[in-house]
Amino acid sequence: MKRHLISAADLSRADAVLILDTAEELASLADRPIKKLPTLRGRTVVNLFYEDSTRTRISFEAAAKRLSADVINFSAKGSSVAKGESLKDTALTLEAMGADAVVIRHGASGAAHRLAEWVQGSVLNAGDGTHEHPTQALLDAFTIRRRLRGTGPSGARGAGLDGLRVTIVGDVLHSRVARSNVLLLSTLGAEVTLAAPPTLLPLAVGSWPCAVSYDLDSELAKSDVVMMLRVQQERMTAAYFPSVREYSRRYGLDAARMARLPGHAIVMHPGPMNRGVEIAAEVADSVRSTIVEQVANGVTTRMAVLYLLLGGMEFPATGVAQ
Amino acid sequence: MCAASSPVAGRDGVAVLDAEEIRRALTRIAHEILERTHGGDGVILLGIPTRGVPLARRLAARIGEFEGLDVPCGSLDVTMHRDDLRLHPARALGRTELPPGGVDAKTVVLVDDVLYSGRTVRAALDALNDLGRPRAVQLAVLVDRGHRELPIRPDYVGKNLPTSQREVVHVLLAEVDGQDGVMISDGGR
Repeated sequence: MKRHLISAADLSRADAVLILDTAEELASLADRPIKKLPTLRGRTVVNLFYEDSTRTRISFEAAAKRLSADVINFSAKGSSVAKGESLKDTALTLEAMGADAVVIRHGASGAAHRLAEWVQGSVLNAGDGTHEHPTQALLDAFTIRRRLRGTGPSGARGAGLDGLRVTIVGDVLHSRVARSNVLLLSTLGAEVTLAAPPTLLPLAVGSWPCAVSYDLDSELAKSDVVMMLRVQQERMTAAYFPSVREYSRRYGLDAARMARLPGHAIVMHPGPMNRGVEIAAEVADSVRSTIVEQVANGVTTRMAVLYLLLGGMEFPATGVAQ
Repeated sequence: MCAASSPVAGRDGVAVLDAEEIRRALTRIAHEILERTHGGDGVILLGIPTRGVPLARRLAARIGEFEGLDVPCGSLDVTMHRDDLRLHPARALGRTELPPGGVDAKTVVLVDDVLYSGRTVRAALDALNDLGRPRAVQLAVLVDRGHRELPIRPDYVGKNLPTSQREVVHVLLAEVDGQDGVMISDGGR
């Protein structure tokens, strides 16, 4: 494992499988009376959030606390950032406070990468602009593996996602979740297809390790997993489709489309959902939907990542602060 | 701190127990457990990964043969409770699997392959503490090689093996290593 987790591309197949196996062992903690381990006692994890987030921040906080780390929450609102402090100065302040890990969410793509040059501890990217969100991809991979490759003693341990067909649908252009998932799922051996209108695909999509389709209906029958993306209206500065109704009719997942999936197929959504736009309420609440599981698996997967980055020997200091 | 979890080096060491002797030692321990716990009532066996787990299973099978008693058997991973985590890169976790009914008010027999510094057992006691409140905790090991660093003693011992701290003890089990045997080699060559 590398010292930081900035991009899903930082993870080799062996790293990714180790994280999933570790998460699988940690999952049993949720059923125990004491849901806490002493492993990161005395370590400090800073949650540095420049963008609004509920589930990711709470998920990282719960994960760190279950490993007995101290958690400091920092949100840009009501901090010195409002007075104009730069990311670098904030980073140096955190450094002086002795943060062992910094979990950062930032509106600018590449912010986590820059931060890693300034702090000694590990940097975990919790979403940077439209670039990446690697822990979301890990929890999605973990959810897929548990649902389709089994759990239990010998079930999925050591396994990847070889041969599974995953279709990622919707606003790929603005989605850091899509990019991280394409990279990670293909590392794990899955065949990924993006289904989206041409206006919502990035220009460089041809260089990604995945197939592209403009027609969702033709992909449904051969998908083991359908991952719906949120239509990110807050990032949309131009008209990408004629109307929400038209988008919903062509790329939304409703009951009729769900019925055309194979019997074992699952439906995922990273949340928060726009019910009635990309996903119909009856689909979101169906037994195929893993949306609630994804939240629970998020805590487990982030515990695994924090343990593997912080639990062992300190990484040798390589990157010298600039 | 059982030095037995790295079977890479020193397989060419001296054999101190062969498969037959391991079988006899386990048979004796199974009888001792039955004796000491008045027929094995309320006993559960928890193996410490990696090699404690198959040992616990073998003991449970042996007790089943002797008394027709179905002794619950599980595993207890202690990695997250170790005191030497920061001396190594993060380790992969083993499995913790409790028998249905848990450990509350049971007599838990911890099973491991080698007892050395006692630090693994200390970690196991801590891990157990978070899982419930057993009535009593006992310790069974295949090999006690001495050099304790903590006030911990075993209740059941397969073989006492006087060693120097330079030596390395390897326990091989068919379930993990394809064959049974205990080897001792000079680690400091």
